[in-house]
Amino acid sequence: MGWFKRLKDGIQTATRNKKEAPEGLWYKCKECKETSTMKELKENFYKCPFCNHHVRIGSQDYFGLLFDGNFEELFGDLVSTDALEFVDLKPYPQRLEEAYRKTGLKDAISVAKGKVNKRPLVVAAMDFSFIGGSMGSVVGEKISLSIDHCVEEGIPLLIISKSGGARMMEASFSLMQMAKTAAKLTRLARARIPYFSLLTDPTTGGVTASYAMLGDINFSEPGALIGFAGPRVIKETIKKDLPEGFQTAEFLLEHGFLDFIVDRKDLKDRMSDLLAIFDSKSAAASAGS
Amino acid sequence: MVFLEFEKPLEKLYEQLEKIKQVEEEGIVDVSDTIKELENKIKNTRKEIYASLTGWQRVQLSRHPERPYTLYYINQMCRKFVELHGDRYFKDDTAIVGGLANLDGQSVVIIGHQKGVNTKMRQFRNFGMANPEGYRKALRLMKLAERFDFPVITLIDTPGAFPGLEAEERGQAEAIARNLFEMAQLKVPIVCVIIGEGASGGAIGIGLGDRVYMLENTWYSVISPESCSSILWHSWDYKERAADALKLTAEDMFNAGLIDGIIKEPTGGAHAIPDEMAKLLKRQIKKALAEVQEMPPDERIDARINKYAAMGVYERITPNPVE
Ligand SMILES: [Zn+2]
Repeated sequence: MGWFKRLKDGIQTATRNKKEAPEGLWYKCKECKETSTMKELKENFYKCPFCNHHVRIGSQDYFGLLFDGNFEELFGDLVSTDALEFVDLKPYPQRLEEAYRKTGLKDAISVAKGKVNKRPLVVAAMDFSFIGGSMGSVVGEKISLSIDHCVEEGIPLLIISKSGGARMMEASFSLMQMAKTAAKLTRLARARIPYFSLLTDPTTGGVTASYAMLGDINFSEPGALIGFAGPRVIKETIKKDLPEGFQTAEFLLEHGFLDFIVDRKDLKDRMSDLLAIFDSKSAAASAGS
Repeated sequence: MVFLEFEKPLEKLYEQLEKIKQVEEEGIVDVSDTIKELENKIKNTRKEIYASLTGWQRVQLSRHPERPYTLYYINQMCRKFVELHGDRYFKDDTAIVGGLANLDGQSVVIIGHQKGVNTKMRQFRNFGMANPEGYRKALRLMKLAERFDFPVITLIDTPGAFPGLEAEERGQAEAIARNLFEMAQLKVPIVCVIIGEGASGGAIGIGLGDRVYMLENTWYSVISPESCSSILWHSWDYKERAADALKLTAEDMFNAGLIDGIIKEPTGGAHAIPDEMAKLLKRQIKKALAEVQEMPPDERIDARINKYAAMGVYERITPNPVE
């Protein structure tokens, strides 16, 4: 469970502008620097009540926002292995251990099946808190299994991307997940099952350059950073400052790579509308009844 | 001749050989035995050096300034190459070339990254770093191949997709993603070969195929050793270690089951005997095409998708008991 839940239990009073608020009780907005309580933040769909900045949240939070109550977690038994015996400043298994302890998650993506206003949906949501939301074999395989599941059951798929890109510690295996996920998505397309891709802050690198950009519908949240190369790398390449708003969701919408941007408070309704439209058979049935 | 760092012993021997050849030209002393001896020594030293190259040394070889590039191979392997330009949306990307060609009587579409052979051309080719229009040109040519039932051959040699401002504006990520999606279900055979550098998304953006090979002294990974060093070690000084850690050589990739084979290079590297390299490359491409052309398109596409679907290593744990 994410830090929001853990912290909620500790919330006592709501005193604003308290400096260095203890982690968990308070949220200081990184955009407008205003402070709100975690409770206020959560009630506001994890958006800053002052400036509407969409705070980074985790897979479980999105499941909570989207599903009608209960949902079933899928493929929760998959974990990473250190196939390449990768050691940089730390051995990869140690990085994994630290990520398990810090996040309580098993990898950078969680998959769940539930209902959105009574219509079934499989949601594969990434967690940036787990090694930067990096895509390794587990992420690729869970997406692959999700696609199989959606094809078998005829259920639409929503992938919520939030990632710095490929997981370097899985090197070439992580690179191949780009090909793997894109290739598997052709099977979803052939089965005429809609794939919705929600790109959230941040979505960069190999994730953007594979499944995140391949939705039948690509959409995002306000202000999200989305790109292929990271801003720092681009800045070093062109040796110029980047223009205001470069690589934001709004920038991508303007350049034609997103279908729309949705405020998080409207996310569930928008998904519900889309599911209803794509589910024309039952839509026609309910119109006729 | 350009000698890489680890080829220094060879450079000295070549210098000696040059001197003795001058003596021979003077015609006073017979030095033919010494020359023979030196030439033998050069041969053996080269063999020794090349018998056990490290990852980083292979990275250096993959970037050797005299290494043959895509257009060289195309011209060596094919008759009647007609280069086709442009993505039909924005412009022609000079970092990726492609066109129609005749490979021993078989019409094919060949596409590859192209690096420049001198300072001016390196600029012109943007160092083999493609923009979105390069990937979209490649896709246009693949769709052309599909319509006329020509197999597709791609030659990969890039330090990465170009990380520029305009590349982002025009959707570098979308262009690469789209190619992966379309290549996965292209009805004609696709054979890919890493002929130099295989850097990440920029490489795989034209690198999804029924068969993927690497030349012996090339690398293919998710990031260059330099960038990996910078990110994970917070310093540019660990590129050798990063190269080892990434397991980026042809041998590593083959052992991991991520490529279908390794194409041997002449001793001394592809640039030592380029036309010999082109022959070896052509032989493997033709062999691969013969294998995959036999399959019905639907089966071939299924096999292609299944091959990539099987890539990855992970474990299954017993789920925690319900709390
Ligand atoms: Zn704010």
